[in-house]
Amino acid sequence: MTITFELLANSLLAGLLLGGFYAALSAGATIAFGLLEIVNIAHPTFAVMGAYAVYLLNRHLHLDPLIGGLVLTPIFYLLGTLLYQIYHHAFERRSEEAMQGLAFFFGLMFIAEVVLIIIFGVDFRYVNTSYITTTWQFGDIGLPLRLAVPFLGSLALLGVLELGLRRSFTGRAIIAVAEDPLALRLMGTSPVRIKRIAFGIAIATTAVVGALLVIIQPLQPAGGREFIGRVFAICVLGGMGSISGTLIAAVFLGVVENMTSIFLGASWSPAVAFGLLLITLAVRPRGLLGR
Amino acid sequence: MKNRNLWKIAGRAVLVATALVASASLIRAEEPIKIGMGMAQTGPLAGSGKSAILSMNIWVEDTNAKGGLLGRPVKLIYYDDQSNPANVPSIYTKLIDVDKVDLIVSGYATPIIAAAMPIAMQHNMVLMGLFGLADNARFHYDKYFGIAPIGENPSQSSTKPIFDLAMKLNPKPKTVAVITPELEFGHSVLEGVRQNAKELGLTVVYDRTFPPATTDLTTVVREVQASHPDLVVVGTQPGQTIGAVRAVSEVGLKAMMIGGAMTGLQTSPTETLLGPQLNGFVNFNYWLPSPKMQYPGVMEFLGKYQARAEKEGVDPLGYYIGPWAYADLQILAQAVEATKSLDGAKLGPYIHATNFKTVVGDVKFGPGGEWEKPRILMAQFQHVSGNDIAQFRGSDKLVVVDPPEYKAGDMIYPFQDARQ
Repeated sequence: MTITFELLANSLLAGLLLGGFYAALSAGATIAFGLLEIVNIAHPTFAVMGAYAVYLLNRHLHLDPLIGGLVLTPIFYLLGTLLYQIYHHAFERRSEEAMQGLAFFFGLMFIAEVVLIIIFGVDFRYVNTSYITTTWQFGDIGLPLRLAVPFLGSLALLGVLELGLRRSFTGRAIIAVAEDPLALRLMGTSPVRIKRIAFGIAIATTAVVGALLVIIQPLQPAGGREFIGRVFAICVLGGMGSISGTLIAAVFLGVVENMTSIFLGASWSPAVAFGLLLITLAVRPRGLLGR
Repeated sequence: MKNRNLWKIAGRAVLVATALVASASLIRAEEPIKIGMGMAQTGPLAGSGKSAILSMNIWVEDTNAKGGLLGRPVKLIYYDDQSNPANVPSIYTKLIDVDKVDLIVSGYATPIIAAAMPIAMQHNMVLMGLFGLADNARFHYDKYFGIAPIGENPSQSSTKPIFDLAMKLNPKPKTVAVITPELEFGHSVLEGVRQNAKELGLTVVYDRTFPPATTDLTTVVREVQASHPDLVVVGTQPGQTIGAVRAVSEVGLKAMMIGGAMTGLQTSPTETLLGPQLNGFVNFNYWLPSPKMQYPGVMEFLGKYQARAEKEGVDPLGYYIGPWAYADLQILAQAVEATKSLDGAKLGPYIHATNFKTVVGDVKFGPGGEWEKPRILMAQFQHVSGNDIAQFRGSDKLVVVDPPEYKAGDMIYPFQDARQ
């Protein structure tokens, strides 16, 4: 195999585009895990649920996946707040969230997969839009819209989250609840309410991410499992709770995976990517942009 | 007096014994013959697993309508193996020890069959393997029979047909690349490619594997492009197959011929998903509705299958696994009827020695338990337009191009010409 400029540039681009998607997928987990300390292992499965819901809207109402994802956001937000309420009453209030909370989300993941199998069966489900099969060619560089559109969608989602967390009162309260819940309470704001909103936002992102996922690849009920390791690695590498850190970490992981594929072979990609994660954490335990 | 009483007692005892024997044999006659298996109903293999169960249920209904086996009704007992080989040993142990099944067949595909093999051997039972690749290569079990027309050298013959076809092209290919995952299945494909390439004097220019959970295969396909192969053998499982087809389209990979061992392209949900992106791919098939493969009973079976497929949420056409799952039980049943036995020690030698008539044609097993002669079809997607399922019902969009005895049309090559 000859390593040409064309191969390097295209692989770099593919890593960048895929990294963008990983960032969007990890953003909600970053809020839940990094700011609220809720280990929602079912986060990628919620994205798969979102993708199936987007698929239904596309099939029956012919809605573009991206619009479908936006339409579903409020429903997923409400689902997230409801889940947090259950989680809080069952585990957090009793300070039993560590292991039992983890088991709760594990259970949710399996239940969600079984429900998806019952409703949709086991065959791959997909959406048809013109851009999924289109590739723009710029000289030697090919830009598949199947990856480019989700990348732009991811940037938009991350931008909204970053702005919301930095500029709005609720956003600042979410960051505050991670740092000092007592101070927040002294200011007359309920940490539980803020956490409920934050978890609602984390789950709401999975509706949009589901739309991006169904553009990239066809769906199957257990598809979320493939992303669990990557999502939590990105959360940790980016710096717990940092949206911009999540983007940098995800793109880093995507690019490293693709470069490793070229120079060593794709089989080495996970080992090298996670090896670099360990080295980074050894040097910088709080992650790239962790506080 | 004493003698008379003794005769009376003896007479009654004989009557009671006769009644007991008669009722026992009556119960026995009504007791169903139980056929047990684990079969994927969830997980990545569930699409084919569910299709197989529907096909086997149709066989059970057909058989019971004709009076059953050995005069007894037939019943299937199956459990979901969740596409996970780790679940298989406990399922078969339960089937044999608790459910007391009389016969067993395997679940779908290589790793699942491999996991069931030791249990079958331990109990000296015949094991019919559904679509396994080289499962008996290490076990050498004399009561294993593989239901897939891949021949006695499975790891090589799974890729041999694409080499046979490639060597008929003009000019002949000189280099070959492989796209396959880091799995047992992938290594089997790799081994076959290397062996075939060596025998035919081809140079392997790319043979790296990729992790099974790879989200996007465009980089792998670009690496293949940078190796400039004449022939690209793709050995993938369903999800990876979709990724590979899309990546080949996006990269615009050029070669004389691309395809070979892509699992999933045989099912209509995948065909309708990919539509025109499939044009040019040449791939293995075990049965297709082409004029030369109209074996007795196959279209009648497919009629019943297709009438129920949509309701049961399985592949609507059923060309891939349906007839084979049906034939799996046809062979077992013919052996049971001929030997009048459910005993593996009698069934095994009979199956080895017999030429069976099934819905997938004549089946004769070799000493290793695989088909004596391979019968793998190479078919090319041609002129596929849109994503409508109806176009895949016939034999003009997926054209059998090799072997010559089943050929229905000419192959279009190089690959890019078939995509215009």
